[in-house]
Amino acid sequence: MGHKSDIKLIVDGKRTDGRTVDQCREVTMEVNVIPAADGSAKVGFGSTVALASVYGPRELFPRFMQESDTGILRTRYNMAPFSVDDRKKPGQDRRSQEISKVMKHALEPVLFLQEFPKVTVDAFAEVIQADGSTRVTGINAVSLALVAAGIPMSHMVTAVSVGKADGELVTDLNGKEDNFGEADMGFAMVHDTGEVTLLQMDGELTLDEIKKLLDMAQTACGQILEKQKKALRDFYVKRGE
Amino acid sequence: MQEKYALELINKGMRVDGRKLLEFREIELKTNVINKAEGSAYVKMGETQVIVGVKMNMGTPYADSMGEGVLMCGAEFTPMSSPDFESGPPSPESIELARVVDRGIRESHCIDVGKLVIDEKNVWVVNVDIHIINHDGNLMDASALGAIAALKTTKIPRVDLEKMEIVRNDYVADLPVVHTPINVSVCKVGSNVVLDPTKLEEGSIDSRISISVREDDKICALQKQGSKGIMIGEIPGMMELAMEKSRELRKLLE
Repeated sequence: MGHKSDIKLIVDGKRTDGRTVDQCREVTMEVNVIPAADGSAKVGFGSTVALASVYGPRELFPRFMQESDTGILRTRYNMAPFSVDDRKKPGQDRRSQEISKVMKHALEPVLFLQEFPKVTVDAFAEVIQADGSTRVTGINAVSLALVAAGIPMSHMVTAVSVGKADGELVTDLNGKEDNFGEADMGFAMVHDTGEVTLLQMDGELTLDEIKKLLDMAQTACGQILEKQKKALRDFYVKRGE
Repeated sequence: MQEKYALELINKGMRVDGRKLLEFREIELKTNVINKAEGSAYVKMGETQVIVGVKMNMGTPYADSMGEGVLMCGAEFTPMSSPDFESGPPSPESIELARVVDRGIRESHCIDVGKLVIDEKNVWVVNVDIHIINHDGNLMDASALGAIAALKTTKIPRVDLEKMEIVRNDYVADLPVVHTPINVSVCKVGSNVVLDPTKLEEGSIDSRISISVREDDKICALQKQGSKGIMIGEIPGMMELAMEKSRELRKLLE
């Protein structure tokens, strides 16, 4: 956020990639792309691409990590070394560990983990190409992978980023807007119930701007949820053929 | 048992220690508590105790931020502070805490990093280290308060430009701190909103949003925590509450 730059992010109401302020990039979703996994998905927002796979419910080792009255969800967000301009050192840095944690909390509210004492559901999100909004792309992919794995869930979780660039409130930040914009807000919700499960922001915003961003995020999540549902329908129809 | 009692009380609008739901514990704030550090603060929020030390070091600027000093924030959940903390690599909780405090400082632009240039190659690296001494809940707010208090007392040491060495204990200026961000974590317990939970009460929290507010009411960092969701319509009210409380806490720094 907020690196000094002369880059103009919005010219005549158009963003660097030609979008209007409240428009998402092209969203692509595909379910069951990793056959070894119990469930998997690939989600793209423009050139940001994340893969997700889910294993479980499966036995949890070491045993001391088991919870006697509930199952647990473990999440891992990771960026491939080649996903960014300057090669990223492989492995979990502090940023990835924090994102893994908030990703877990973003998904837990929809899972019936109490039905699976002592076991784990493991969800992995791997960003293979990064151009902003990677964590929310990952959450959308994991949400699909959880459904595809047949994990009992009350709802889907849908995520999007919103923020502020060149003084304008925008939906689905690309890499430039993420780096040079004034604010970036990661957001996930259960669109059917209005429950917000991920909320992070850094930047400089007034309360009024945050209210508007929450509205924009909710609207975008409604659109993205339809795409998630379509991707799942397509997968099950194909499987039935 | 105790945890259940704390929850039952909250549901009735009361607290174990007799506070109101939106009341902070008594806060004791001392600055310049570590003479080896260029800036420091001790915060006692009820029984939660935190020491924050600021060390100024020379370093190279980030490639994408030439001409600017560097801010680094770390947190250590020392094993002495709680039976739940063990030594070893930093836990996700301590990483999250450090990163949330870091964002509050960084995104509020409270440090004028443009003034932290030593020469063409070298800038000041401001290391903010949060040490948890006793964990009795609400570590996020106590740590953030300690961090801004420590930064406000931080002095810049003299640099011997011939040897390119820092001369400790010989100060030339105050760290340029131009804003005062305050972190307020607004917690949800069932349908109630609670501030400044003790460790016992934290066992009952469904979710919380840590909200960093500047003196001009700009919100500069948000972090939702906890494994339950929050209804979207409740969020603006939680922010208004954080704005109001931040004014109260900021007075401690004046």
